[in-house]
Amino acid sequence: MEGIQIDLISEERLATMTSMEKIRMILDDVRRGTIVILEKGLAPEEQSTLIEMTMREILPDGFNGIEIETYPSRADSPGFLKRLLGKGTSESRLTVIGPANQLRMIKKDKDVISAWISTR
Amino acid sequence: MSIFIQTRNRVSKFLQAFFRKKRTRIGIYGPPNAGKTTLANRIARDWTGEEMGQVSEIPHETRRASRKSDITISGSNGSSITIDIVDTPGVTTKIDYMEFLEYGVTRDEAVIRAREATEGVAEAMHWLREDIDGVIYMLDSTEDPFMQVNIMMIGIIESRNLPVIIAANKIDLPAASPQRIRSAFPQHPVIPISCLEGKNVEDLYEKMVNHFR
Repeated sequence: MEGIQIDLISEERLATMTSMEKIRMILDDVRRGTIVILEKGLAPEEQSTLIEMTMREILPDGFNGIEIETYPSRADSPGFLKRLLGKGTSESRLTVIGPANQLRMIKKDKDVISAWISTR
Repeated sequence: MSIFIQTRNRVSKFLQAFFRKKRTRIGIYGPPNAGKTTLANRIARDWTGEEMGQVSEIPHETRRASRKSDITISGSNGSSITIDIVDTPGVTTKIDYMEFLEYGVTRDEAVIRAREATEGVAEAMHWLREDIDGVIYMLDSTEDPFMQVNIMMIGIIESRNLPVIIAANKIDLPAASPQRIRSAFPQHPVIPISCLEGKNVEDLYEKMVNHFR
């Protein structure tokens, strides 16, 4: 039976992983055709590294990148102390990542991500 | 060399290093085909008389970051800033060489273009992490600003505490909606412009002088 594997990674599991372990896991899974759903999204630095490493692994007629979608962050207005320390309160949220040639986002708003997945 | 000359040279180097103004590098970032190189060319042409890079309708025409140094931009109140402008390749999470075939290039050329584009995106991210002091984030105001790559890039820029101006480009087109961009990123200044026609670029220069100082 043909199908698509979906891995849902809990926030607790993500908390035990280093940035590089998370990115390696995502890219290895996605390159195998797995859809990865993270209960809590990546930090901005991790997103930056994910983009960079994705680019380095793209091959003609092979892996052509990732589709990634997340809910908009719940960015509350930072308090005085956080503003002073330069720390925002934006929180990364549930994130869906898949192979660009299989995963298409149909619609996204603040509460719903609607995606379409094809077999290879 | 006498001790006097050696000492004088050392003191001179120390003073130069101590008082040298750090050069501010402003990166022009955004998704492919937003008009980044058109803006870089306009800034360079308006303030130095020279252009920076080639523009085309094919996505990922800019596949290497390029820097133009010592551009002095003056504001209306007489203040000015001297900056380096870094034009960067369009940031994306996917590149397929097949999309270049639609523009009439051969398969071999498309494969090379795709490889260079992937290197260019990685290079752009590296610049942002290491060598950029401020960002003009360029968006095509006829497109959906909520694209994930924009959300991610603005988040990455904010996490680095870099000052950012969002340029809502292509306001000369009927479908343009700079207001949609303002709604998407209310925390940052948004300047509606047309790089092609030069509309409102003076507003952008004014904001740059005040924001990147």
